[in-house]
Amino acid sequence: MITQSLWLSAILFGLGVAGVVFRRNAIILFMCIELMLNAVNLAFVAISRSVGIDGQVFVFFVMAVAAAEAAVGLAIVISVFRHTESVDTRDFNLLRW
Amino acid sequence: MNEFHPTLLWAIPLLPLLGCLINMVAAFGAPERKTIPTLVGPSVVGIAFVIAVVNFVGMLGADLHAPVVERYFQWIAVGSLQIDAALQLDQLSIVMTLIITGVGFLIHVFSIGYMKADPGYARYFSYLNLFVFFMLVLVLGSSYPLMFVGWEGVGLCSYLLIGFWFKDREKADAGKKAFIVNRIGDVGFLIAMFMLFSNLGTLDFIPIFETAPATFAYGGAVVTAITLFFFIGAVGKSAQIPLYVWLPDAMAGPTPVSALIHAATMVTAGVYLVARSSVLFALAPVSQITVAGIGALTALFAATIGLVQTDIKKVLAYSTVSQLGYMFIGVGVGAFAAGIFHLMTHAFFKALLFLGSGAVIHAMHEALHHTHSHADAQDMRNMGGLKKYMPVTWVTMWIGTLAIAGIWPFAGFFSKDEIIWMAAAHAVGPFETWFRVVWVIALIAALLTAFYMTRLMVMTFHGENRTGERERGYLREVPPVMWVPLVVLAVLSVVGGWINVPEAIGHMPILGWIPHSEWLHEWLHPLTETADGIMLQNAGELAEQAPLGGGAGMWAAISFALATAVVVITASTLGRRRFLPADQAETPTGFLGVLYNKWYVDEIYDAIVVRPVLALSRFFARYIDRGVIDGLANGAGYASRAFGWVNSRVQTGLVNGYAFMIVLGALLLLAFMLG
Repeated sequence: MITQSLWLSAILFGLGVAGVVFRRNAIILFMCIELMLNAVNLAFVAISRSVGIDGQVFVFFVMAVAAAEAAVGLAIVISVFRHTESVDTRDFNLLRW
Repeated sequence: MNEFHPTLLWAIPLLPLLGCLINMVAAFGAPERKTIPTLVGPSVVGIAFVIAVVNFVGMLGADLHAPVVERYFQWIAVGSLQIDAALQLDQLSIVMTLIITGVGFLIHVFSIGYMKADPGYARYFSYLNLFVFFMLVLVLGSSYPLMFVGWEGVGLCSYLLIGFWFKDREKADAGKKAFIVNRIGDVGFLIAMFMLFSNLGTLDFIPIFETAPATFAYGGAVVTAITLFFFIGAVGKSAQIPLYVWLPDAMAGPTPVSALIHAATMVTAGVYLVARSSVLFALAPVSQITVAGIGALTALFAATIGLVQTDIKKVLAYSTVSQLGYMFIGVGVGAFAAGIFHLMTHAFFKALLFLGSGAVIHAMHEALHHTHSHADAQDMRNMGGLKKYMPVTWVTMWIGTLAIAGIWPFAGFFSKDEIIWMAAAHAVGPFETWFRVVWVIALIAALLTAFYMTRLMVMTFHGENRTGERERGYLREVPPVMWVPLVVLAVLSVVGGWINVPEAIGHMPILGWIPHSEWLHEWLHPLTETADGIMLQNAGELAEQAPLGGGAGMWAAISFALATAVVVITASTLGRRRFLPADQAETPTGFLGVLYNKWYVDEIYDAIVVRPVLALSRFFARYIDRGVIDGLANGAGYASRAFGWVNSRVQTGLVNGYAFMIVLGALLLLAFMLG
């Protein structure tokens, strides 16, 4: 069971990474980050079955931090949208060379 | 005989410094007000003179052998180098102090009249006071470094005062020339100090002169090098061949400045340096003949240029160079007292002559100013017949002329004759022949002196007036504030020589009514006895007879007769000649033209020194500085900018790109940790 769970976790993480790298929509980027975080959560839970309860505790921390991060991140996206009228990351280039 | 304690020694240099500061405040605060500079400027120097006289009287009444040194505070302490700010009062420094403050005071007073219409009045007195301060540090300092402080300080003041009217490009350039040429000499002074310190471990006068005879071998290479380097310094400061070129140009400054700095005091600092270092020079016969030889060459060379100059101040400038040459003959042959004696009498009569020429220029300037004429106020061809308009200046300048020409019983006769005689008497030892040459040159130059000075007087004061019909009406004698110093200096030019009448002359008929004293000689004896002893031991007794036979008295009579003859013949021949005003006169040709153009020395220096240096500077500026140095600096800038540009390509501004980098980094890290 652990093997399958870890594989699933790895696939989900990879999808998240691919999303962050290739998608341009800031909202989707956030969703992909959530996907990576949850993939890690899955790995924690799976491994905690054999190692101990610590991993499950970590999952709660990750969830709390992810919620906070989503709140802050969405606030940033909204204020950027007010400037650029867009959530496309290609438009966020004020600090380029 | 009682113990001697100096009175207010520190106040002698500090008073002029105080005056400088007050005048500086006045120059910045209220430059148009003249009351404060008029009161403060001359009086601080006058008070310093009074203190010097008090000390001098005290020294006369005391049994004074060793110099008195007053230490105030430690100035430099680096390892074994210990230099105190200390003043040394001895027979030599008191004589110099009396000359500087005494003649300086008279020149300050004269300046009140000469500079009264100048907008830079307060600034002028500030500089002049500062000069007196540094000059007093130079002669009163108890060590070579302190002397060097004064040495550089007077150089600075000389620069400031030559370029006093700095809005005139030519005058500012003359100041720069003086400063730069003097730097060459200063390098020599510095090297000599370094060598002294590395050999003797001290730079204070008293221990140096005590240990030098035991440390250095007579005629040794080290002491010869030290003295020659000191002499390079003296050559620069005292305008000797080959560094004399700055002094004639220095006439661009106000005339009282020429009198004080470029005749009476600063330019004699080199002579003072040699006299002060008499022990070292006595140990180095090669240096001695070098000093005397350069002095003799300069005395003759400058005199030949003086023969044909038409600018009244230029004649006096070359005369000064020539007379400084005499002083170097004196100190070079080992007659240090004779050199200082001529320094003193020269300070009297040359200050008188310069101030007299200042009075003439002042009067000419006023007259030309009234009619808005642009004729040259300093050109003697525009003068003539001034004795009718300026009787006091006329009489006093004749006294100065007779003094410098060496006519008995004026001051210059005794001092110059003693130098000439000493050159003959010292023609013993290893360089006997050379000293004889020096003696002959000194005799010839003395006759040239008599000629060019008489010519100056005839062209300026005698014959018809050539100033112009309308200008003539405005020519008049200068105010008392200017002619009183002239009279005082004239009196000194008459009696100044009587303090050191040689025994040989004292016994002669007619010439001998002044009691022979050799006072100055005996007064300076405590300072020169070490040097005299060294020379007596190594070079032998002084000669009793001149190289062509005859004793001191006979040659004194001969030079007196020749000088008188030259003065009389010149006056009567030139007196009958008609000179043309400057705008109608032709420039001399042939050999006289060469003399008129000062042997083309300035042109030669321009070709072999100034232009190559400029060309080299231009090369360095264009290729080395702009190419290599700037290239390196700019290259560093360009390189970092290029590096930045390359790296900035990574900063795409795309969030996804950054995320990709993070993933790549994480993978690399992972690979590293697992592998």
